[in-house]
Amino acid sequence: MSFCVYTFNPAAMLTENAPILPKTERSFDTKSITLTVNGKPRELNVMPWVSLLDALREYIGLTGTKKGCDHGQCGACTVLCDGKRILSCLTLATMKEGAEITTIEGIAPSDTDLHPLQKAFIENDAFQCGYCTPGQICSAIGMLQEGKAHSREEVKELMSGNLCRCGANVYIIDAIMEGIK
Amino acid sequence: MKETSYNPQLSRRKFISNLGCLTISFSLIGTDWAEAKPKIVEENLPGALRRQPRLDAWLEVLGDGRVRVLIGKMELGQGVRTAIAQVAAEELDLALNQIEVHLAETERTPNEGYTAGSGSMENTAMSVRYAAAFARQKLLEMAARRWQTESDQLTMANGVVSRKGKKQTLRFAQLLNGAQLEGEVKLPVKLKSPETYRYVGKAIPRTDIEQMVRAQALYVQDLRMPGMVHARVVRPPVYGSKLLSFDEQAFASKAPDLLKTVIDGTFLAVVAADEYQAVLARQSALEHARWSSATPLPEGQDLAQYIRGFPAKSQKVKEQGTTEALDQKDGKTVKASYFKPYQMHGSIGPSCGVALYKEGTLHVWSHSQGIYPFRDALAKMLGLEAEKVHVIGVPGSGCYGHNGADDAATDAALVAMAMPGTPIRLQWMREDEHAWEPYGSAMGMEAEARLDDTGKISHWRYSVWSDGHSNRPGGNPGNLLAAWHLDKPFPQPSMGYFGGGYRNSEPYYDIPNLKIDAHAFEGPLRVSSLRSLGAYANIFAIESLMDELAEKARQDPLDFRLAHSTDERAIAVMKKLGKMIENEKNGPNEGIGLAFSRYKNVASYCAVAAKVAVDKNSGEVKVLGLWAALDAGQVINLDGVINQTEGCLIQATSWTLKEEVGFGQQQISTRDWTSYPIMRYTEVPKVQVVVIDHPELEPLGAGEAAQAPTAAALVNAIYRASGKRIRNLPVKSVDEVG
Repeated sequence: MSFCVYTFNPAAMLTENAPILPKTERSFDTKSITLTVNGKPRELNVMPWVSLLDALREYIGLTGTKKGCDHGQCGACTVLCDGKRILSCLTLATMKEGAEITTIEGIAPSDTDLHPLQKAFIENDAFQCGYCTPGQICSAIGMLQEGKAHSREEVKELMSGNLCRCGANVYIIDAIMEGIK
Repeated sequence: MKETSYNPQLSRRKFISNLGCLTISFSLIGTDWAEAKPKIVEENLPGALRRQPRLDAWLEVLGDGRVRVLIGKMELGQGVRTAIAQVAAEELDLALNQIEVHLAETERTPNEGYTAGSGSMENTAMSVRYAAAFARQKLLEMAARRWQTESDQLTMANGVVSRKGKKQTLRFAQLLNGAQLEGEVKLPVKLKSPETYRYVGKAIPRTDIEQMVRAQALYVQDLRMPGMVHARVVRPPVYGSKLLSFDEQAFASKAPDLLKTVIDGTFLAVVAADEYQAVLARQSALEHARWSSATPLPEGQDLAQYIRGFPAKSQKVKEQGTTEALDQKDGKTVKASYFKPYQMHGSIGPSCGVALYKEGTLHVWSHSQGIYPFRDALAKMLGLEAEKVHVIGVPGSGCYGHNGADDAATDAALVAMAMPGTPIRLQWMREDEHAWEPYGSAMGMEAEARLDDTGKISHWRYSVWSDGHSNRPGGNPGNLLAAWHLDKPFPQPSMGYFGGGYRNSEPYYDIPNLKIDAHAFEGPLRVSSLRSLGAYANIFAIESLMDELAEKARQDPLDFRLAHSTDERAIAVMKKLGKMIENEKNGPNEGIGLAFSRYKNVASYCAVAAKVAVDKNSGEVKVLGLWAALDAGQVINLDGVINQTEGCLIQATSWTLKEEVGFGQQQISTRDWTSYPIMRYTEVPKVQVVVIDHPELEPLGAGEAAQAPTAAALVNAIYRASGKRIRNLPVKSVDEVG
């Protein structure tokens, strides 16, 4: 096999969390809003119909929150808004003016430490492909803050909005049960 | 033999740290396989290494002393990166973090076809094992020459070769003087003995796990490049429907921030600066497009009957002895028909591709399971030389077979070709994924068997009807969805790999007379590989009939299966399963069922038990527990094996109880998670997996083994709980089936 050498290096093109800001002249009126995202105030000019999910992923460059169905059916886009879990795909960014948003990127106390639930997910191997994981963790944090989940059955009931197709469900519940203790 | 037990109620890592060691030994004396000697020297190189024996195709020594391993496989959530690192570190005496694994990239990594069929351990890991062991030999020889001594006077650890009794040391990179290891891997290759393993067989946390919990950009869906724009594809309502007209002017007035509309025949895509604009533009484009109606799909038909009405290509899979005795009307024959509907992969993340056409080369980032066969198909479709298409594998959401990955990347590539110099990110909508992914084929099975006077099966006859199970790209543009829609279309090839249809159609039991026939039809829906291919439906039928036969023979279902098996490893997993469930008690309307299969009849052994409760009034089925005993040969990463097996159990339970692709005459009707529900937490039972490790044997792959027996275990449990035999899937509720 001959290895062809590319003068163009695709890896060098990948910029980590590069903010992808709107590039074109807008024909639509945009609205200026301020959100606090993971503790940092963010001023955004967004069109009125931009979902919070797209605002996070495309305007701020936080791609940890995942797009799964755009219809609130799978839970992959779950984030915390003023401490409560919400589906960011069903939420308009403009409706959250002034709100405090926490995404998966903002839950660990530092770059060297993890949130207890993140640790519990690692401890319990609570994933396979990991795509649903950010939504699962944010949803679990929100659920624990609601204070309604005490037993395994209650956790299952209250987490039932988050889908996992790999079948890692048992370990995800195990991880969350550790969070309750 | 070693056995590993895992209690899901304990945190896995805690369990490991508490015990210090995960393996509990028990002896099983007197069987050939238990006494098999570790194979230190092999006669043959593993397949992928035979095809690509150059050492530098697999391994690169880095300046800092680490070693980069290049493999042609993709990370699909199965943890291949970690397992490969374990094997390479083992043979090269490196620490685990001194291995970097570079996954699938054309012209960079070996061409290993597809990441499929649970073959990454059997083939890739074994190739890496031999390449790494051979590299170790070469490095020791080079050091020996340098110091004018013999290899056995040297030791190797953490990327450093040392001379025994002297203070001389050389790092790998120093030994090579900036060059790479050269030459081809040749036998004999001396492998590490399993007793000395530091990593292989251990439960090693996956290296990508912290990235996952921190949600660092890991997936193709998260790739961001300077100047990147967003595209959406606008598909017709149904297969065969054509774009009659598109009012581009009226559309443009409704989507003013549009950057580009790409139209080629029926292929239609829209491009905008940011993602939601592209989503809106797609919505608007749908309103301005007129499509032709297509040959109607068979809405409302009884699919179980319908699929048998197609002209079929029939083939004999196996014939042994005579089966006429089955036709005697003496009440000793049991006969039943079974059906499995079309089912989908249903990845949680809609498929996505990123493409850039720059300076005559098309770069494509894709979660395709086979970058080379995809590259070849795409190049042909676009009329480019293969070398001008550079495909980089980037993980996507779990796929469980051939989903929309290649198609979304093709869509992105078509847009990129129309916008040179601009990186295009094209993600499918949820409904694109649900409606256009290639499904697992609907299948019909007819099984009959006869018992002799001692209650043993004397005759067996089996027929299976199925569409093909692989229409993967395979270098043929006709397997790429967008290629059907181009102005100059590439027709869909008539039949993919049908072999998947009769996978596991032959029962893995000792039966003197048997006949197996397979009938391949071309059905109305798009199909391709879905986890375990036809094995899921075939084992559903075979193991359901085994349950009926056991009842007729008035035998315990486990004993009945054991009485028809002489393979010690099959017997061991079945007996282990029996032990796992021996203390389970059934309450009212509860039942336990079990099933066994050896995947592909040559790979991993797996016995599964299910416990269900059936509501007497509503017929609703609740799964209370799932158990699996697995023998996948040598275990490379125990966590990986257990994780994959649990995933199989839960996913297959979801298929069995809930899943069926629905359609009207002019559309697929199951386009979201409401119309195509999958298992949610409230329905997830307790799960227990036990793995029987054989360090002395080859690894067999664990990604699909438990998928097949789960369906039959469930319906057999439903029978115990309710007295009703379910022969058509999905189960939904017992009363619905009747």
